[in-house]
Amino acid sequence: MSDTVLEIKDLYVSYGGIEAVKGISIDVHEGKIVTLIGSNGAGKSTTLKSVAGLVKPKSGSIKYKGQELIGLSPDKIVSAGVVLVPEGRRVFPNLTVKENLRMGAYLRKDDLTADYEYVYELFPRLKEREWQLAGTLSGGEQQMLAVGRALMSKPELIMMDEPSLGLAPLVVQDIFKIIKTINKAGITVLLIEQNAFMALETADWAYVLETGEITHSREGLDLLEDNTIQEAYLGKSKA
Amino acid sequence: MEFLTSQILSGISLGGQYALIAIGYTMVYGILRLINFAHGDVFMVAGLLMVYMSTVMPIYVSIPLMIVLTVLLGFVIERAAYKPLRSAPRMSVMISAIGVSYLLQNLALYATGGQPKTYASIPWISNTIHIFGAPTRVVTVVTPILVIILVVLLTLLINHTKIGIAMRAVSKDFETSQLMGVKINSVISATFVIGTFLAAVGSLLYFTNYPTVVPMSGALPGLKAFVAAVFGGIGSIPGAVIGAFIIGICETLIKGTDFAVFSDAFTFALLIIILVVKPTGIFGEKTTDKV
Repeated sequence: MSDTVLEIKDLYVSYGGIEAVKGISIDVHEGKIVTLIGSNGAGKSTTLKSVAGLVKPKSGSIKYKGQELIGLSPDKIVSAGVVLVPEGRRVFPNLTVKENLRMGAYLRKDDLTADYEYVYELFPRLKEREWQLAGTLSGGEQQMLAVGRALMSKPELIMMDEPSLGLAPLVVQDIFKIIKTINKAGITVLLIEQNAFMALETADWAYVLETGEITHSREGLDLLEDNTIQEAYLGKSKA
Repeated sequence: MEFLTSQILSGISLGGQYALIAIGYTMVYGILRLINFAHGDVFMVAGLLMVYMSTVMPIYVSIPLMIVLTVLLGFVIERAAYKPLRSAPRMSVMISAIGVSYLLQNLALYATGGQPKTYASIPWISNTIHIFGAPTRVVTVVTPILVIILVVLLTLLINHTKIGIAMRAVSKDFETSQLMGVKINSVISATFVIGTFLAAVGSLLYFTNYPTVVPMSGALPGLKAFVAAVFGGIGSIPGAVIGAFIIGICETLIKGTDFAVFSDAFTFALLIIILVVKPTGIFGEKTTDKV
C-alpha cells in the first residue's frame, strides 16, 4: 500500500451558521485517483476549498505529507505542492492562454520553457490558441487551460472540482483521459464529480458524500456495482 | 492664432496633469471596484509636503523625498482604511474613502492654518519659452512628454511583467488568483503605490502652474480626473488618459471665451451626459458596473 499523502480528519466547515461539512475523514494515497461523489450541496466543493486554504474550517485537520494545512495561506499550500482546479474552470478571460499558464506558475522562479511544452503536448489545441484571450475559448478548451494552468505549478497533488461540468460528452471523455495521463505521470488526483459514472470508472478509490457526511468508501469500480449507489447517482433502477 | 496655440498647449498640459491623477482612480477601480475619493486629497498632500520640505532642503532632495512620502501615504491609507474592509460591502469601503478624504483635508487645514501656501518655484520647468511664437512655460511642454513616457512604461509593466499579469488576473477574479499563489494584498498595495506615485508626479507639474496650495486644492482636480476616468471608461488606463486630455483641452478652451465661468460646469455636465448616454465610457467594458 502506498503512503497516505493527504489525510483529512473530522473536518467540520460552516458557512454563516450552516454546517456544510460535518466531520468527514478522507485518505488520499500517493499516486492514486480518488474521487468524491455526491449530489449538489453535499459539501464536496467546500472540502476542496478547505484543503486549498480558501475556506477556514471550524475544526478537524488536513494534513499533507504530515504537514497541517489548516491556517496556511493559499500561496503556502500551492508551494507545498497542492493545487485546485476550481469549479467552472475560472480561467482569466482577459488574459491570453499563455498568460493564464504563466499565472499558474506564479510562485515559481525557475525556467518554464519545458513546462509550457509539456502542457502544449498534452493539449495541442492550447498551443494553436496561445495568443488568444482565454475568454474566447470554448468550454472544453477552457477546462483544458484550467488543468494546464494547474500543472504549471508542478503539483504533486491536483484537486479538480467538477471538471466535466457543462461539457459535451466527447469532451468529457477527453478530460478523463487527460486525468489518467496526468496520474500516470505521477501526480495524485483528488476528483469531485457529479458525473459519478465517469468518476467511478476512472478512480482507484471513491467516497460518497451526502449532506456533509461520508456514507460510503470503497474501490471505484466496486462502488459502481453497488445497487444503492446506482440508484442514487447513476439513475439506474435495481436490476 | 498665437492665443489659440497657447490655449491648446496649456490645455494639453492641464490634461496631462489630470491624466496622472486619473490613472490612479482607474487602476484602483479596476482592481477593487472602489472609487478612491481620497485620491485627490493625497495629490493635495503631495503639494503641501513639497511646500514644507522645499523651505528646509534643496529642491533635488525634496522632490524625490516628497514622492516617496506620498507613495507611503497611499500605501498606509490602503492598509489602514480599505484592507480591513476587504470582505465588507463595497459601499462601506467607499464611505471609508470619503472619510479619509475629509480627514486629509482637515489635517491640511490644521497644518496650514487655512493660509494658502506658496509652492516652490522649481528651476527649469518654471522658465518661459516660446512655442510657435506663443509664450509659455517649460512645464507646459514637459508635461505631455512626461505623461506619454510614464504611460508607455506603465503599459509595459501591466502587459509584460509578472506583477502586471497578476494585476490583470486579480482585477477579474480574486479567488482564482489566490489559487495561483498570488498574495492579493501585495498586488493591491502595488496598485496604490503606482497610483500615488503618478499623482505625486502630477502634483509637481500642476502646482508649478497653479502656485498656491490650500486644503481644498486636491478636491477639484481630483473630481475632474475622476470624470476623465469615467469618460474614458473607468478601469481602462488608455481611456483615463484620453479622457483627461479631452477634459483638459476643453476646459482651457472654454476659459479663453466669454463663458470662462462655466469651464468647471462643463466638465460636470459632461459627466452627466456620459452616464446617461454611454455609462461605460469610451473604452469601458460592457460588463463593468455603472459608476
